[in-house]
Amino acid sequence: MNLSIKHLYGLEGVPKEDIQAILSTAFSFREVLERPVKKVPTLQGVTVVNLFFEPSTRTRISFELAEKRLSADTVNFSASSSSLSKGESLKDTIQNIFAMKIDVVVMRHPVPGSVKLLSQFVDAVVINAGDGTHEHPTQALLDMMSLQEKVGDMEGMNVAIVGDIRHSRVALSNIHGLKTMGANVMVCGPPTFIPVGIESLGVKVTYQLEEALEFADAINVLRIQRERQGTGLIPSLREYRNLYGITRERLDRLSKPITVLHPGPMNRGVEIDSDIADGEHAIILHQVLNGVASRMAVLFLLAGAK
Amino acid sequence: MQQQKVSDKILFQNATIVDPHQGKSYTADILIDDGKIRKVQKEIPKSGIKRVVDLKGKSVAPGFIDLHVHFREPGFEDEETIATGARAALAGGFTQVCCMPNTVPPIATQDSVRLIYKKAEDLLVRVYPIAAITKGREGKELTEMGELAEAGAVAFSDDGTPLQNALLMRYALEYSRVTGKPVINHAEDIDLRADGLMNEGIVSTQLGLTANPAAAEQLMVYRDVMLAKLTGARIHIPHVSTAAAVAIIRQAKADGVRVTAEATPHHFTLTDEYMRSFSAQGKVAPPLRTEEDRQAIIAGLKDGTIDAIATDHAPHTYETKETSLDLASSGLIGLESAFGLAMTQLVKAGHLSLLDLVTKLTTRPAAVLDLPLPPIKAGEAANLTIFDPEEWWVFSRKDIYSKSHNTPFLGAEFTGRIKSVFTQSTYIEI
Repeated sequence: MNLSIKHLYGLEGVPKEDIQAILSTAFSFREVLERPVKKVPTLQGVTVVNLFFEPSTRTRISFELAEKRLSADTVNFSASSSSLSKGESLKDTIQNIFAMKIDVVVMRHPVPGSVKLLSQFVDAVVINAGDGTHEHPTQALLDMMSLQEKVGDMEGMNVAIVGDIRHSRVALSNIHGLKTMGANVMVCGPPTFIPVGIESLGVKVTYQLEEALEFADAINVLRIQRERQGTGLIPSLREYRNLYGITRERLDRLSKPITVLHPGPMNRGVEIDSDIADGEHAIILHQVLNGVASRMAVLFLLAGAK
Repeated sequence: MQQQKVSDKILFQNATIVDPHQGKSYTADILIDDGKIRKVQKEIPKSGIKRVVDLKGKSVAPGFIDLHVHFREPGFEDEETIATGARAALAGGFTQVCCMPNTVPPIATQDSVRLIYKKAEDLLVRVYPIAAITKGREGKELTEMGELAEAGAVAFSDDGTPLQNALLMRYALEYSRVTGKPVINHAEDIDLRADGLMNEGIVSTQLGLTANPAAAEQLMVYRDVMLAKLTGARIHIPHVSTAAAVAIIRQAKADGVRVTAEATPHHFTLTDEYMRSFSAQGKVAPPLRTEEDRQAIIAGLKDGTIDAIATDHAPHTYETKETSLDLASSGLIGLESAFGLAMTQLVKAGHLSLLDLVTKLTTRPAAVLDLPLPPIKAGEAANLTIFDPEEWWVFSRKDIYSKSHNTPFLGAEFTGRIKSVFTQSTYIEI
C-alpha cells in the first residue's frame, strides 16, 4: 500500500484514499498491540529521530512506542526553542543530526511551518508531531480512528470541536481530516477563541455550547491552557466552565447519544468534568491506544515506502 | 557595474525623454558637458564629441528618488553600509535616497546626521538622513528637531517603532512645524498588531500563524491623519498596505490635511498567499495583505492618493532570514528590483502610464520631502536614469549589489530594466 504523500506535514490537502489507507493500516496494528508480544519487525534497520523543540510527554512517548513496536532504531532530541535563539540555527541543528544518516524525523516545533521548512534541508521522511498552532496531523488521525471505531462511518457524521480553536493545532488538523472524510464540522467557543475566516474551511461556527451539543454525534473537547486567563481572551476559567464546560448536567439534557473525545492533557473541572472524562461517553483512553496504532501506520506507510 | 567619469562632453542620441516636470514624453538628443545639460533637441551634431551613446528604444527620466531605505550604518555594517546601499540604489536607477534612523546609535543627534552626509559625500548617490522623532527612538522625549533639521535631516521618524503615545505624537507634529519637515510614523497600533507574523485573515487561520489585522494599520493611519489635521503639520504615511488606509488618506487629502503617502513594490505585488511557503522572505512589517488590499494600493497609486513608490529596502543577513518565522527578521531588499516590479505590475499590467510611474519615482517623492530634482533641460545638472521599458529579464543574484540578498523575488520575471545612470558627471552602466 502506497500513499500519495511522501511526508506528513498536515492533513490539509491529504486525499481521502491516503487517510483511509492510514486508518485501515492503523486498525491492523491495533491488533498487534493486543497481542502478548507487541512487536513486529517491519521497520528493522530504519532510524527515526524524534526531534522535539517543545516539551511533550504524550506525543513523544506515543511516537517512541510506535517506533519501538515496529522495531525501528530511535533517537530522541529535545531542546527548547530558546536554546536555538541563542545562536545555533534550526538549520544547523537539523543538518547536524541528519549528517548521522537518519531515515525518518518526527518533529515538534512551536512555530507554524517549521516542520515544512525542515524538509528543505534534509533527505528524510518528515512527520509533523505538531508545529505551533498550525497542524498536528497524527492527533487528528487518532481522533478519526477512534470516531470510526466507536461511532462508525465518518461520512455524514456531525462532529463539534469545542474550545480554543484559534490556538489549536488539533482543531485545524481535525477540520481538514474530518471534512475530507465527509463529516460535518462545527466549531464552538467564545468569539475570542474563534479565528477569523474559519468558515472558509467549510465549518459551522457557534458561540453557544448547547447548539454544538444538539448538533453533534461526537464532540472533541480541547484543553484550555491556564495561561490564556489574564490575556484578555477570556475573563476567567470559572466563567469558561460555566459557559463551555462539558458537565454531566449538560449531557443528561440531551435526548441522543454523544461521544466525547479529548486530546489531553485535561484540565478537569475546566473544559471537562471528571465524571464525564471517566464516564460512559468518553473514549479518551481509546484515543491514547489508537494514537500508538495510527502513528505506527503513518511510520510504516511513509518509511516503508522509502 | 561600470562607471566612467565624463568631465567633458557626452551625447545621448534618440532618447525617449519621459519628462515628469513637463508631463510629457518626447524624443530628442541630450548633450551634456561638464556634468550639465547643454542642449535637449533633435539631431544634435555629433562631430567633435568623443562619447556618443545611441539610446534608440531606451527612455530617459530624472534620477529616481527612494524615500525609504535602510542602509544600516552605523551599527549593522554586516547587513549593509552606506557605500554598498548606494551601489544597490544606482543599480535600481535611484540617485537620491532617504535613510531611516534605526541604526545603532540611532540618527538622533546633529553628529549622527552629519555622519551620514560625511559617509556619502564621495558617493554617486545622495543620501539624506531621516532623523528620529524621539530620543533613542524610545517614544518618550522629542529629539532636538530644530537642530537636526539644521544639520540636514529631511524628515522625522522613529522608523519601525510606531509612536504609540497620541499626546507625544501631537507634540511631535506641532513641534515639527518649526522645521517645516514632515513626520513619518510607522503606522501600526503596537497593541493591536500584537506579535502578528503575517496578515490576519483566512490564510493566517489556515496556517495557524499569529496574525496582525489590517485594523492595526487603519487605526494608526486614522489617528495620525487626525493629529495632522489638529496641528496643521505634515504627515507622511510610509508603506501603505491596506485598502482601509488608502481610503483614509484619500479622504484626508480631499479634506485638505497635509498628508502624503508611499507604497512599496512588495505590497503592490505580493499578497498573504505568499506565506503559504512559510518562507521568512515574506516576513515584513507591515505584512503582505490580501488581493483586495493590493488592488486598493494600485488604485491609490493611480488616482494620486499614494504619492510615491518607495522600497523600504531592508537588508538582513542570510542567517537572520534562514530560520523559523518567529525568529526571522522583518523586511526585504528592494532597490534593485523596484523598477522591474513597478514596470511589470503597474505599467505592463495597464494600471499606470510610464509617465505616471516616473512621476511616482521622481517629482512626487521630491515634493514629499522637498528634495532637489533638476529637470531635463538646458542649464540644469545632468541627473538621469536610463532604462529599457521593454527588456524582459529574470531577477537573479548577480543583479543584487546590496550586501544582503533577502528578497522573495529571486527568479521573478520582469519587463523593464535599468540600463544606466548619469549623475555627478559620471556615466554608470549597470
